[in-house]
Amino acid sequence: MRIFQSTEAVIALVLILVMFAIGLVNPAFWGVSNLFSLAKSNVVIGIMALGVLLIMISGGIDVSFPAISVAALYITVRSMVALGYDGVMLPFIAACVIGMSLGALNAVIIDRFKMIPLIVTLGTASIIRGLVLGLLGTSIVNINKMPKELIEFGKQDLVSVTAQNGATVGLTAMVLVYLAIAVVVHLMLKYTMIGRSIYAYGGDAESARRAGINTRRTIFFVYCTAGLLAGFAGLLHSSMIWQANPRDFIGLELDVIAAVVLGGASIFGGRGSVLGTMIGVFTLVMVKNSLILMKVDTTWQRVVVGVIIIAATAITAWRDRKKLV
Amino acid sequence: MSEPLIELRNISKRFGGVRALDDVSISIRPGEIHCLAGENGSGKSTIIKVMSGIYQPDEGEIIIDGTPVTQLDPIQAVQKGVQVIYQDFSLFGNLTVAENLALNTYILEGRSRMDWRRARQMARDVLERLGVRIDIDADVETLPTSGKQIVAIARAILAEARLIVMDEPTTALTRHEVDALFDIVRDLQSHGIAVLFVSHKMREMLEISERLTVFRNGRKVAEGDMRDFDEASITHAMTGLELNDEPYLAQLSSNKAPVLQVSGLRVPDSVSDVDLTIRPGEIVGISGLIGSGRTEFARALFGMEPAASGQIVINGKDQFPRSVQQAIALGVAYVPEDRLSEGLFLTQSIERNMVVSILERLRKGLFLDHARMRNRTEEMFDAMQIAAPSADTAVGNLSGGNAQRVMLGRWLLTGAKILILNGPTVGVDVGSKAKIHRIIRDLARNEGLAVIMISDDVPELVGNCSSIHVMHEGRFVAELSGADMTEAGINDSLKSLN
Repeated sequence: MRIFQSTEAVIALVLILVMFAIGLVNPAFWGVSNLFSLAKSNVVIGIMALGVLLIMISGGIDVSFPAISVAALYITVRSMVALGYDGVMLPFIAACVIGMSLGALNAVIIDRFKMIPLIVTLGTASIIRGLVLGLLGTSIVNINKMPKELIEFGKQDLVSVTAQNGATVGLTAMVLVYLAIAVVVHLMLKYTMIGRSIYAYGGDAESARRAGINTRRTIFFVYCTAGLLAGFAGLLHSSMIWQANPRDFIGLELDVIAAVVLGGASIFGGRGSVLGTMIGVFTLVMVKNSLILMKVDTTWQRVVVGVIIIAATAITAWRDRKKLV
Repeated sequence: MSEPLIELRNISKRFGGVRALDDVSISIRPGEIHCLAGENGSGKSTIIKVMSGIYQPDEGEIIIDGTPVTQLDPIQAVQKGVQVIYQDFSLFGNLTVAENLALNTYILEGRSRMDWRRARQMARDVLERLGVRIDIDADVETLPTSGKQIVAIARAILAEARLIVMDEPTTALTRHEVDALFDIVRDLQSHGIAVLFVSHKMREMLEISERLTVFRNGRKVAEGDMRDFDEASITHAMTGLELNDEPYLAQLSSNKAPVLQVSGLRVPDSVSDVDLTIRPGEIVGISGLIGSGRTEFARALFGMEPAASGQIVINGKDQFPRSVQQAIALGVAYVPEDRLSEGLFLTQSIERNMVVSILERLRKGLFLDHARMRNRTEEMFDAMQIAAPSADTAVGNLSGGNAQRVMLGRWLLTGAKILILNGPTVGVDVGSKAKIHRIIRDLARNEGLAVIMISDDVPELVGNCSSIHVMHEGRFVAELSGADMTEAGINDSLKSLN
């Protein structure tokens, strides 16, 4: 456990250094409105990242969660519009169930055919996106048609302050939702046997089987939970931006995987923590956000994300290899 | 005489048309140290799997504590106190020692909560009982092999083992660690826990075991008190052959020029100031612990240590091999220790595995000369006495000994003058081992090949080498030859290094 702690300390240190560097270049970074918007950008990516974290600890990888998110949010919102239903609780439950079912589909294929998760989720991602667009159409549900209660839910602020320019800026209450989920995932990983079985399975699948762990249950738990979190994050995203776009989240898998790897999770499985992942997400979101503040063309953000993935993976691989000596 | 803890009576087990076990019986008493010996494929691992409930026998009875057990399954076996420690230990490298120790117990208890405090307490208690100091909060992958083994033993004790089966427990251990392991095993014995060693390292088994059972081809061929056996009789029982154990005497004539002269060889951090001279027909052994620099020394001769410096004269040519290609051109061949990961293409045929070293020479224009390729392969296939249906068999289907001979064949095809063997018979069974030794000696004697043999297996070195160097911390610290070259001498020399 000490290794995780030290890994997290290193990432936190990197985060603080980058924050000060960005603050020096652009003092607007420390403005309340920027910090609040930064926190807001963490929520959806962060929840998705927690799902991806589980999968990566188990030694797998998932590139289908953006597609799962989109399916969950678009199916839910379109159904609400079609039925004329408005509400919060039931739609979120529906989004979670859709996400979980699609996660279970991944798990079935991976477990039954002993296939590589990357290939499976590449395939399911394409199938899910194609089905959503083909069966439900490509029209965006805009603010005028979006269910009002969903919008009101996403609008809630925790605190609001008046910025220097006179505008009111608020810290979204969705941050609390994110933190609550993070705490639950952390406790699950650290203090339940199913959580420890994910680490065990990611460390050595064969030994896990010999130790009597029900590895099928572990696989299903991991992919279903990741699907559930993706579905939930999808609808949350929709309620926060007041629209449902079936082409949303394209290319997001790379950002989220980069954030999780940056947070110290090993792509070989067996290592990773909630705190590290949250710091990784924060760092990635902050860097991207600051590139916008510094008026760097958005195309360059892809370059930065790519560099982060390679650098963070290299560092974790180097760490793991070093420990083998 | 106490009642047996576990007794297997007249067990038979077939897989398809193959009889893996044919009417075998074995019994183990509480607190006994028992050794099960046999070559690969003799049925050793099948009987372990029957004992631990993984396989159901076709015929025969399993009797535990005097009562027959029908349909023994893995969970029942664990409940009855049978624990198997596999060669890879089945530990989780990414988890701490404490968690590794507690995990199985928690799973057996069907818990859903991870109780860290109790896990650490359990770990502390069991390690104290074993009298070893291991940091319970360290990740298991940071421990040396011997540490991992202790964790595996501790885990078995926590599962209330009454019989611990250890599969090849001493393979990756140094002599010092083997002694420590044996102390722990004797301590287990004093607590009434029986230990079944499955091994083919006869010498070590003779030191510790009380009783012996030998399997060959799925049948029990010998059993009894260890006192009644010696190494030769066990080997005879395992192989059914009489193996001659005459030491190798190089036929040296002083007029032969040295084929290899090394002086002042250095590899940063691992080898310093090593001198070595070998004449054709000599077999020089190098002994030393893992990490003594012996592997780096071999790699440097084969052009694989780019930062190495010093003087190397091969066949009178003063040229330091800077790449594997150069080394091969100079006539050096290297057979690495881990031939599966470092050398052989398992899914490819014997032929392709052999000729890969000489493809350039088999070229005819733009294409390969298949007829010549086949000829060269068949010659070598016969010379190496490879047991396989044909040269088209995939190497992955061969036994360890045959795979090693394919590797030897590959390098001999290059016309090498100097052959470096690192652990030539690791994982090879006794009969095959003798065959490999005979081939190497014949090559040295008849073809004038100079051989450097690096090995942990002291009897192997003493039996085959004309002289032996002991390496420690990157230097040659002792040289033994002629009458000084005894196992005791080398063991003493190795022990004094610790």
